Amino acid sequence: MELSGSQMVIEALRKENVSVVFGYPGGAIMNVYDEVYKQNYFKHILTRHEQAAIHAADGYARASGEVGVAFVTSGPGFTNAVTGLATAYMDSIPMVVISGQVPISMIGTDAFQEIDAVGISRPCVKHNYLVKDAKDLARILKEAFYIARSGRPGPVHVDIPKDVTAQMAKFEYPDEIKMQTYKPTYKGNPRQIKKAIEAIVASKRPVLYIGGGAINSNAANEVREFAQICGIPAVETLMARGVMGDENPLLLGMLGMHGCYSANMAMSEADLMIAFGPRFDDRVTGKLSEFAKHAKIIHVDIDPSSIGKIVPIDYPIVGDLKNVVEAMIPLANESVNADKYKPWRDLLKRYDEIHPLKYEDSNEVLKPQWAIERVGELLGDKAIVCTDVGQHQMWAAQFYPFTYPRQWVTSGGLGTMGFGLPAALGAKVAMPEKTVINFTGDGSILMNIQELMTAVESKIPVVNIILNNHFLGMVRQWQTFFYDKRYSSTDLSMQPDFVKLVESFGGRGFRVTTKEEFDKALEEAIASNTVCMIDVQIDRFENVLPMVPAGGTLYNMMLEYKE
Amino acid sequence: MEHIRRVLSVIVLNEDGVLSRISGLFAGRGYNIDSLTVAPIPKTNLSRLTIVTSGNTHVLEQIVKQLHKLIPTYKVIESGEFVEKELALVKIPLSEDFNGLDAMLKAYNGTIASSGEDFIVVMVADDYNRIDNFLKAVKKYNPIDMVRSGSVAMDV
Repeated sequence: MELSGSQMVIEALRKENVSVVFGYPGGAIMNVYDEVYKQNYFKHILTRHEQAAIHAADGYARASGEVGVAFVTSGPGFTNAVTGLATAYMDSIPMVVISGQVPISMIGTDAFQEIDAVGISRPCVKHNYLVKDAKDLARILKEAFYIARSGRPGPVHVDIPKDVTAQMAKFEYPDEIKMQTYKPTYKGNPRQIKKAIEAIVASKRPVLYIGGGAINSNAANEVREFAQICGIPAVETLMARGVMGDENPLLLGMLGMHGCYSANMAMSEADLMIAFGPRFDDRVTGKLSEFAKHAKIIHVDIDPSSIGKIVPIDYPIVGDLKNVVEAMIPLANESVNADKYKPWRDLLKRYDEIHPLKYEDSNEVLKPQWAIERVGELLGDKAIVCTDVGQHQMWAAQFYPFTYPRQWVTSGGLGTMGFGLPAALGAKVAMPEKTVINFTGDGSILMNIQELMTAVESKIPVVNIILNNHFLGMVRQWQTFFYDKRYSSTDLSMQPDFVKLVESFGGRGFRVTTKEEFDKALEEAIASNTVCMIDVQIDRFENVLPMVPAGGTLYNMMLEYKE
Repeated sequence: MEHIRRVLSVIVLNEDGVLSRISGLFAGRGYNIDSLTVAPIPKTNLSRLTIVTSGNTHVLEQIVKQLHKLIPTYKVIESGEFVEKELALVKIPLSEDFNGLDAMLKAYNGTIASSGEDFIVVMVADDYNRIDNFLKAVKKYNPIDMVRSGSVAMDV
């Protein structure tokens, strides 16, 4: 049967069981949108900006584990999408983004809304395609979905010229795929795994360093079981929050720049680091020459280029984390004695008692940490927690009681302000039975504020909690600590009335200055079943602590700030 | 750490944009390209790139891994023995005294590739460091132009 390129896009999405697409139409992708109009297979959600369409698909992918899909048009439609692609690429999120392009005959002529889209997306996607003939489209889309979700996941960009979307060709969607050049390794080398177990047996102070790979590989159960069998204390990166579950006594907490004292000390004093899918980000390691300098390192990662990229690795294991940990569990059962690490666990517990995560509550002004803890108390595992980027993001990572993987949706690697609201919309579409909270700041929320319209139109009730300090808070904090309080361009006192703003879109707004008002607003917001904004007026000068200054050492944290 | 010269033979799918994926990778991650040659491998859908790069062992290891990570990369050959040759063309005015040129061409696997009214073009194919030497030595004939290829290499 012959189909047009546009019809092929629809059919391919149907074959891939795509249930929702986020997007924004325009000239070059109109043929595809005409077919979107005619079909009933998937829902299309119109965002109000292309960047938000990509973040929404990203949030959908993070919350569900499925491939997120978005459509944008050529030129500015595509360039607006780039931040979304880069965000997903840095955090290894599976997505397929389809952009329109000017007709093939016009490529290279600086035509209206023409841009070299694959040239721009190349460094911020896992792979990309410019489709030159509709007869290739089925194979390309099949490959795009396969590449996005296999191996180390990532976004794939498919650029389709307008004449290709109109071209008729035979459509045969392959069931199976075999690529000549792309073959990810899933199974860990048994000899390496055996050596790793021997290293664990020989160690006295081992620590599990868990990264976002544990989420991507859906390995939380295996990681928890492994930690339990071995009695090895664990630390999580920002991306791995929820893997161990905060009620797990083996979890010390998040490590890194704003990690907790015991987690960072565990890394600094360990004699063996068991790295499960992290990437040794500079916000985690601090000064490299001092990072975990007493530790031998086991690193399990599906991406060989991630192993040894930042620090030399003693026991590299290339493979899918779930697979590798499954293979490690029976060996650990046979040979690892969990009791042996009790003194080590006790020491770390003492560290945690000496310097727990803390803040000083106040009766005069709301503290952001209180608001986050309070949402945790009231909603706990009923909520999926999304964030924007900045102080509120770190406080949420520190103080929300995460209990399961994919409960936490945040832009880690790229640190994209404006991610929170559209990602929350995507997460809510993926998990309609959950309450979706977006902790945001007064800076970040304005970076994709137009998505309130999407939320109202498509009836996606997410609760935005603005921890409003009238500052670009994280930058302000650095200016306080490192720039002699020269608050260059970080005072955001000039801001809209957020209550009126959200109400003008048709949502509900609340302004909160006391704990009682906060509880009441949250309750009403959830009950309202519409998009809400709770403007929480917080202590303007609250800092995120503890802190390892950039390039500092994990064992030398700033635990409090004194004027 | 020590700066090492390394020849990489990279076999990739011969498709649109593959060269820019490779050159973009080197540019984006700050790796060196000392020379690069590309040609299709006959009777296949593949191309061979010969890349001469340099860096410390850590950087070289990352270059190989990052090349592998590209979806169209079929194979990266980095170790073992290579036969490696470069080619140079040198245009010399006829007004020069060619005394000794013949012996020099013999020494460097050279020949006269072309000639015109007032010049000759000599061509040599040899190891990259010998090409260096040749290009230094040939200066005494006051060449008008010199063109040098990148390396081609074959693992043996």
